[in-house]
Amino acid sequence: MNPELQGRIFPPIAPYLVGREKVREFARAVFATNPINLDPEAARAAGHADIVAPPTFAVVVQERTLAQLLAEPDAGIDFSRVVHGDQRFSYSRPIVAGDELTATLRVASVKTLGPHAMVTAESTITDAAGEHVVTAISTLVVRGDDA
Amino acid sequence: MPGTPATDAATSSTSAALPVLSELAVGDVVAERSYALSRDSLVRYAGASGDFNPIHYRDDVAASVGLPGVLAHGMLTMGLAVQPVVDWAGDPARVVDYQVKFTRPVPVDPATGAEVTVLAKVGALEPDAGIARIDLTVSFDGATVLGKAQARVLLSA
Repeated sequence: MNPELQGRIFPPIAPYLVGREKVREFARAVFATNPINLDPEAARAAGHADIVAPPTFAVVVQERTLAQLLAEPDAGIDFSRVVHGDQRFSYSRPIVAGDELTATLRVASVKTLGPHAMVTAESTITDAAGEHVVTAISTLVVRGDDA
Repeated sequence: MPGTPATDAATSSTSAALPVLSELAVGDVVAERSYALSRDSLVRYAGASGDFNPIHYRDDVAASVGLPGVLAHGMLTMGLAVQPVVDWAGDPARVVDYQVKFTRPVPVDPATGAEVTVLAKVGALEPDAGIARIDLTVSFDGATVLGKAQARVLLSA
């Protein structure tokens, strides 16, 4: 992997409109059963504008930024050798249906560990007003030749 | 409708009174649940998340890269493991921070699937911030599959 990636900031992704049915589809896929994830009336009764996305839904938006990183011509990342090492989501506010989000990826660090390389990618997700919603941080391990 | 409903091993949390920070102690078990994953679960998650890596649905591809079989998406395991915490807290918006390390894969047998269990305990209390840190023990086949699995949950004092 190219160590000069460290510190690189990618252009923001095209706006992602959070659809109610997409949130429901994702919620069912992660076995979410809380009514606030599924039922707009329950969500409104709890003070939300619409149904609330599960805590890991931000990965759907983050993935679009990781695709930018993997496609970067000088990155030298072989997708077939990538293993997900760790993941974190830090929210300023929840994602709700109707949000229009964008995300900007910054390569926080690039490290080598023997034959392997580790890249930590930090995607800052903001709403249409430019306010912070959630930061999604992934560490990807790129296995070396003898892995 | 999902083909593989979760089995709730603990008392139902959605109808219980909402947790209050001052009534919690480090070490309290707040939720316990098990999830029956099938290949259907993986296909459903692939479609919902957009992660179509074939190691999550093709045995031949999984074998060709040296895996023990088709694996659950790490993000599926992460996504379901926090659900008992969401139900305990009463609102998904209360989970303000959630992190895991992916330490072991979860192979999902085409016929018998895989059972993933989640045990959620109070790991730390931050009264000034109104936060309880809930630590998750997520296991498959007798071993943990996530490390440092921690959800920070905003609660009333």
